[in-house]
Amino acid sequence: MASVITEQEKLIGKGIKRKEDPRLITGTATYVDDMQLPGMHHACIVRSPYAAANIKSIDIKAALETPGVVAVYTGAAVKDVGPVPCGASLPGLRVPHHHILAQDRVYFVGHPVAVVVATDRYIARDGADLVEVDYDVLPAVADPEKALADGAPAVHPQWPDNVAFNFHQENGEVEKVFAEAEVVVKQRITSQRLIPSSMETRAVLAEYRSGEKALTIYSSSQIPHLLRTLVAGMLGVPEHKLRVVVPEVGGGFGSKLNVYAEEALMGWIAMKTGKPVKWIESRRENFLTTIHGRGHVDYYEIAAKKDGTITGIRLKLIQDLGAYHQLLTPAIPTLSVLMMPGLYRCQTICADIVGVFTNCVPTDAYRGAGRPEATHGIERMVDMLAAELKMDAAELRLKNFIQPGEFPFASATGLTYDSGDYAKPLKKALDIVNYMGLREQQRKARAEGRWMGIGMSTYGEICAFGPSPATPAGGWESASVRIEPSGKITVHTGVSPHGQGEETTFSQIVADELGVDFNDVVVLHGDTAIVQYGIGTFGSRGTAVGGTALYFALQELKAKIKRFGAMLLDTDSVVYEEGRCACRKTGNSVSLAEIAGASYRAMKLPPGTEPGMMATYFWEPPNFTFPFGAHIVVTEVDKETGVVTIQRYVAVDDCGKILNPLIVAGQVHGGVAQGIGQSLYEHGIYDDNGQLLTGEFMDYAIPKITMMPWIESEHTETPSPVNPLGVKGVGEAGTIGCSPAVVNSVVDALSPLGVRHLDMPLSPEKIWKVLQGGQA
Amino acid sequence: MIAHPFDYLTPKSLPEALLLLADPDAKALAGGMSLIPMMKLRLAAPAKLVDLRGVPGLTSISEESGRLKIGALATHFDIESSRLVRAKCPLLAMAAAHIGDVQVRNMGTIGGSIAHADPAADYPAALQALEATISIAGVGGTRAVSAAEFFVDTFTTAVGPGELVVEVSVPVEAAGTGTSYQKCLQPASGFAIVGVAARLQAVSGNISMARIGVTGLSGCSFRANGVEALLESGSDPQAAAAAIANGIDANSDIHASAEYRLHLARVYAAKAIRAALAAAR
Repeated sequence: MASVITEQEKLIGKGIKRKEDPRLITGTATYVDDMQLPGMHHACIVRSPYAAANIKSIDIKAALETPGVVAVYTGAAVKDVGPVPCGASLPGLRVPHHHILAQDRVYFVGHPVAVVVATDRYIARDGADLVEVDYDVLPAVADPEKALADGAPAVHPQWPDNVAFNFHQENGEVEKVFAEAEVVVKQRITSQRLIPSSMETRAVLAEYRSGEKALTIYSSSQIPHLLRTLVAGMLGVPEHKLRVVVPEVGGGFGSKLNVYAEEALMGWIAMKTGKPVKWIESRRENFLTTIHGRGHVDYYEIAAKKDGTITGIRLKLIQDLGAYHQLLTPAIPTLSVLMMPGLYRCQTICADIVGVFTNCVPTDAYRGAGRPEATHGIERMVDMLAAELKMDAAELRLKNFIQPGEFPFASATGLTYDSGDYAKPLKKALDIVNYMGLREQQRKARAEGRWMGIGMSTYGEICAFGPSPATPAGGWESASVRIEPSGKITVHTGVSPHGQGEETTFSQIVADELGVDFNDVVVLHGDTAIVQYGIGTFGSRGTAVGGTALYFALQELKAKIKRFGAMLLDTDSVVYEEGRCACRKTGNSVSLAEIAGASYRAMKLPPGTEPGMMATYFWEPPNFTFPFGAHIVVTEVDKETGVVTIQRYVAVDDCGKILNPLIVAGQVHGGVAQGIGQSLYEHGIYDDNGQLLTGEFMDYAIPKITMMPWIESEHTETPSPVNPLGVKGVGEAGTIGCSPAVVNSVVDALSPLGVRHLDMPLSPEKIWKVLQGGQA
Repeated sequence: MIAHPFDYLTPKSLPEALLLLADPDAKALAGGMSLIPMMKLRLAAPAKLVDLRGVPGLTSISEESGRLKIGALATHFDIESSRLVRAKCPLLAMAAAHIGDVQVRNMGTIGGSIAHADPAADYPAALQALEATISIAGVGGTRAVSAAEFFVDTFTTAVGPGELVVEVSVPVEAAGTGTSYQKCLQPASGFAIVGVAARLQAVSGNISMARIGVTGLSGCSFRANGVEALLESGSDPQAAAAAIANGIDANSDIHASAEYRLHLARVYAAKAIRAALAAAR
């Protein structure tokens, strides 16, 4: 027994390289498609080529006769499987019954109609070509505003107006504020459909063990436990007989925060055939059938005094839902409403959402989920208001910010903002770019006939979803920590990291709290058979909620460690530091490994203490967290071609306490890349017949490395009081802060031409037409 | 994203390859950068793939009596990084460097690319301006056609059934020749919305020879003879470039309307001409 020695270096706050990366970089990680089970079959899905059609007949004979084809199933076979679930509930919500295979009608291009099961993937694909479906093609509607027009084709015949729901929220004396406003600015703003484009497409492998009556579904998902609960319900499998395993996941961006028809379908096939069955989504299917993001048409009005005080915000939000509700489809635009006032003090708001069915794949959560749309709206409106009032855009923002002394702040939409100092990141960003100098540069550029623009956004977020009453399935998170007899540590987390790096950040938390080596910690997740129930990874919640659950589990464990330590040291006064328990009086100490070993050997136990060294904690957050920040973008528009070049990108993000700056930088970079994608390149375009025109990477442009600017990423750190770690979340910040800053910058560049708004993406041709004197 | 079944054949000599390709159900495979994606999308379904990569002698790049001879299986990376090509025919190296991304340039070949004849590919503009000669081998022997004859229409070339592109021959540029390839990139595919290759000979700013090749603008690459004539008769680059769109039925798609493409063609032609002039000095 030695004495306590030196102060150990803390890992929290350090840019530790990710534990996950070596296996990802060397191609040794295990994804669903890497898994092979004995006797495994492969499935290929026959999908509708039409956006709307009645199915007259399906002929499966030729497919069934193909050597190697094991089975072909159509809608009739699975009509009793429960519907693909919608977890969102809104008053009066119309929920179409979403069968896992189409019954007598198809509702969007890509709608699953039949499934071919074969001994290999190639035969399954060939078999799918031989399934003859006779369709009676119906008129379709793919544009939400057209769907609302009189005489539009009905997506679901039982609801001819195509309205799935109306949602209203208001606060303050809206009519009065707008009637008395000194200035009112109005604008229609769209947030186009986006295709999430995770590197790994969806992937499902199901195995049924008839002896045990136990089904296992391996799926590339963000929510293993919720998937288990919901698919068990769909298939009528008792929940305890269904195991969901989420191996490595190659990105989700919200698109795998869902329960898809194929997950239940593979489970059903495995039970029906008694053989494991794998389905790997093709990229083409991913474009057509995995949820899309955004899909807003927003009509904004902002009321203000002449001095720039924002007095009211009014929004009519038309949400393109697609043909069905996926897990959270109708809930996403309600997040836009919650986020509507942004960082501004304004207490008068009025929002009306109309959720519209279209003959398109459903929209749902995509990085930011409702909050990028809201931020884009308010930040564009604030810039337009500044232009109208001939005020500086930064000055107008500073004037309207909620002030540091006003937290916790009750927002107009019923939220309680936890903490913030909104001027701080903005002022830091303005300093970094030398804002006054930049404006001077802009004057010179304009004198030379160059269109240079300076744009900013100051964004807020709702993160760390969230208090359970405010979420569809519970907003808590769980963690368990087990110290093995040798002193090594196994963490089970209920979140399901798929690129966020929590194996690393959680190891940092454990290392600091228990004073152990970072490499002595393993963080396990994504297997319902080994991890206690959890909610999952989305909404920038992994570390803020899951990390906090871990923190509290560690506190419980430390208390137990000390009880064992005191017993072993035969004292009643111990401290636990640097991985050792030490007697305050003698300085004698025992290591964590000695304590853990003794707890399992259990020759002697402290009074009232169980053997073993494990603690589990379910943490219910008392509130959301509210990260914020400021992005400034300098652009130049090529006069000849309309091409926008981002010359400078400065992001100052405040995500609360930073646990690992490398991981935070990665999140900011990736988020900004997706924001730039939306701003300049990406657009999921359906034609009037509901055909997706951007159905492959040859036509759908996500930014490549050569299309990205250098990102100057800085931070301010305002801890959240919501959790003891002080973290707020950073997964979506880059995306949320980006698009309004880019668009504001380009509009600023073209403002001498009288341009006040441009809708995304800012394609060269769109800009060129503006330069030609046409309308945006 | 799964192809129809096919047989995979690996000839070890050119005669053997030509024999296999005499089968109308066979298709030649070089780098596979166009054919394989088309097969995966089931837009192409050849019953037999004849992989040419085992055929010797098709990857070389050499200089011979005032011309560079580029083997059909030379990859885009081979060409963009070849010291010979960069020194003696920089326009071809420039065009190669604009193709796709690093992975594509490491796999894709010049013969495969031009035989596919995508109307937005980069090489055709350069080969038109270079007045390249393309050697096409068949069971009856080898024939040479000019680039202007080679590119017939969208995805259509002078290569007949059972024939193979075996070599591309381009001139070693004389002193005083300046070239440039300027391209407006389609951000998703990396193909050209419009690409213009300019090749000029100039003495103290007076253009004695002008060759302008265009890709992406319409269904097939072409030589902009009108622009060439204007340049050779002393028009300034801007005015000459404006003629590039004359009489052209421009492509129109979600990435660029016909009107915008025509505008871009004029802009990029002027860029290419100015850059080629600067290089000629």
